[in-house]
Amino acid sequence: MPELYDSCLPLTTLREEEQLFRDTVREFAETRIKPHVMEMDREGKLPRELIDDLFRLGVMGIEIPAIYGGAGANFLMAILAIEELARVDPSVAVCVDVQNTLVNNALVRWLNPEQKARFFPRLVRNAVGAYALSESASGSDAFAMQTQARLDGDSFVLNGRKMWITNGAEAELYLLFANADMTKGYKGITGFVVERDFPGFSVGKKEDTLGIRASSTCELILDDVRVPRENVVGEVGIGYKVAIETLDEGRIGIGAQMLGLAQGAFEAALAYAKERKQFGKAIAEFQAVQFQLAEMATEIEAARLMVYNTARLKESGASFVRQSAMTKYFCSQVGERVASQALEVFGGVGFTKDYPAEKFYRDAKIGKIYEGTSNIQLQTIARTFLGR
Amino acid sequence: MKTLVTVKRVPDPETTIRVKPDGSGIVTDNIKYVINPFDEIAIEEALRIKEKQGGGEVVLVSIGGKSVTEQLRTGLAMGADRAILVLCEQPLDSLAVAKLLTKLVEKETPELVLMGKQAIDDDSNQAGQMLAALLEWPQATFASKIDFAADQKSATVIREVDGGLETIGFALPAIITTDLRLNEPRYASLPGIMKARKKEIKEIPVADLGADITPRLTVVKMAPPPKKEAGKKVETVQALLDLLHTEAKVI
Ligand SMILES: Cc1cc2nc3c(=O)[nH]c(=O)nc-3n(C[C@H](O)[C@H](O)[C@H](O)COP(=O)(O)OP(=O)(O)OC[C@H]3O[C@@H](n4cnc5c(N)ncnc54)[C@H](O)[C@@H]3O)c2cc1C
Repeated sequence: MPELYDSCLPLTTLREEEQLFRDTVREFAETRIKPHVMEMDREGKLPRELIDDLFRLGVMGIEIPAIYGGAGANFLMAILAIEELARVDPSVAVCVDVQNTLVNNALVRWLNPEQKARFFPRLVRNAVGAYALSESASGSDAFAMQTQARLDGDSFVLNGRKMWITNGAEAELYLLFANADMTKGYKGITGFVVERDFPGFSVGKKEDTLGIRASSTCELILDDVRVPRENVVGEVGIGYKVAIETLDEGRIGIGAQMLGLAQGAFEAALAYAKERKQFGKAIAEFQAVQFQLAEMATEIEAARLMVYNTARLKESGASFVRQSAMTKYFCSQVGERVASQALEVFGGVGFTKDYPAEKFYRDAKIGKIYEGTSNIQLQTIARTFLGR
Repeated sequence: MKTLVTVKRVPDPETTIRVKPDGSGIVTDNIKYVINPFDEIAIEEALRIKEKQGGGEVVLVSIGGKSVTEQLRTGLAMGADRAILVLCEQPLDSLAVAKLLTKLVEKETPELVLMGKQAIDDDSNQAGQMLAALLEWPQATFASKIDFAADQKSATVIREVDGGLETIGFALPAIITTDLRLNEPRYASLPGIMKARKKEIKEIPVADLGADITPRLTVVKMAPPPKKEAGKKVETVQALLDLLHTEAKVI
């Protein structure tokens, strides 16, 4: 790293190990993921071998401390991994994103040492995690959830249904929210670690989605599921805090996913523009096409600065609620716009599955929906200066 | 077993190489550098040997400028224990490299030196052989499989030679150079990268090794390969046969 004052280091300057890690993830994505992207999209599945490779690469336990077998790295590393994976396949990126920025992240903050010793070695070795908040009748209004937890002896009995759960099909551990006291409203919400093999727990149907098709989005069914008290995350009744604060961090991850997606779409369009000839020359020689590409590159640059700065804000311990909402809001727009423009650069073939543009375009749409729709991001941003 | 693995910093084989207009070398601006792919295979093999034997040490050695730290750090992140960097800015021919390595081998006394069969930049394919000669150690070049005796005092290597495989046995210490099919190198894992930050890269000024590295070769000129001419499409098999006969003169 160049010798500069800390305060004027460019946001995109990476430390030696961050650079090495980013390069490694990029090479992994290029060689191990890229050849299978369309097949995974068609089949709607992440092959288990790929997930195992992700564990081996160490990208499933980025912030988990080294004593538990994790990498003990920082949040920016997780962001770099998500960005690089999304550049090749946003579906793989969201699997890694949920594991790190939602599940591990919440558990690092809220579990006690005994629980950490129980779950972390699994989460770094082979257990995929999922984050289960939404229900069919409570999406934006997540705290209106109907899934209930009733204390019975030294365990809670959970009943209800969760919807739209990313990694639902592959997960072994679910960070799941249920209300332990409906009379208290959102102050009854409690987080639990639910094991896939707990009796009464089952994974329902996988949604047939527009984009990120290889990523599973599933319903979870809880039918008198007994969850031991020792699996409560933090304390009973603070689940709303666990859920919302985790999403604040998770949104930076979605920003990184949309950033990587835009980068991938841009690079594909650039390569095609240099190769495709019309009117006797490469289309990249037409000023209109150059301007389109320049516009895309500029938006990507702005998105990257936003993602890195918000990630660094979080690491610094400063408040970042407004910035993370802004990051997701803006990056999801950039993802969609760039993917759309990239597709147009391809012309007719951009509309076919023979080229990567259409997939990036389909994959971009989810950025404006999950972890809070764009309206919810705007609401969050406005609240930071207008109050409730 | 203690293994010394040589690491050379070379341009990424994926990058397009351009020769400078005056033929004095290649254009190095904006080139990405990597570990010589055959050396990467050597690192992987050394790590597998260590893992299989349940102990030992993997020491990386490189000769070059400060920037080689990047490649050594990558090797350490793959799992090597420590690294030595001989700081040397001047260009070296294979014999000079072999002489410097001889000095390092004398210092480190490894049981095994694993090297790439060649570096993909200059393609000389001789540093390993020269090192073996200078040390008067046995050598096995182009290894595609390596096995050790239970007492770790001797090794068997399968070599890829023209038209088949050759199996040779020899006593240790020895030099082995790696071929493409020996293994598939692992990625540096993130925990590996984090651990590598604390691993030692010892720097030794080249003068301290006291080897005569005066170049015996000079690169006179570099030239890009001639441009390929566009191919020809023919309509019928007969036309193809005719051209193979009259133009290509191969049948
Ligand atoms: C592929 C996919 C993966 C997902 N993964 C997960 C996961 O892993 N875990 C999880 O818990 N959930 C997950 N979700 C759920 C996701 O977070 C919700 O779909 C999202 O929060 C929106 O909720 P909803 O679908 O109920 O939409 P609704 O809340 O019904 O919203 C419908 C529309 O109304 C607007 N709206 C709602 N309330 C307001 C308001 N107050 N002001 C202005 N506009 C408003 C919204 O912006 C939206 O346009 C996933 C969803 C999808 C599609």
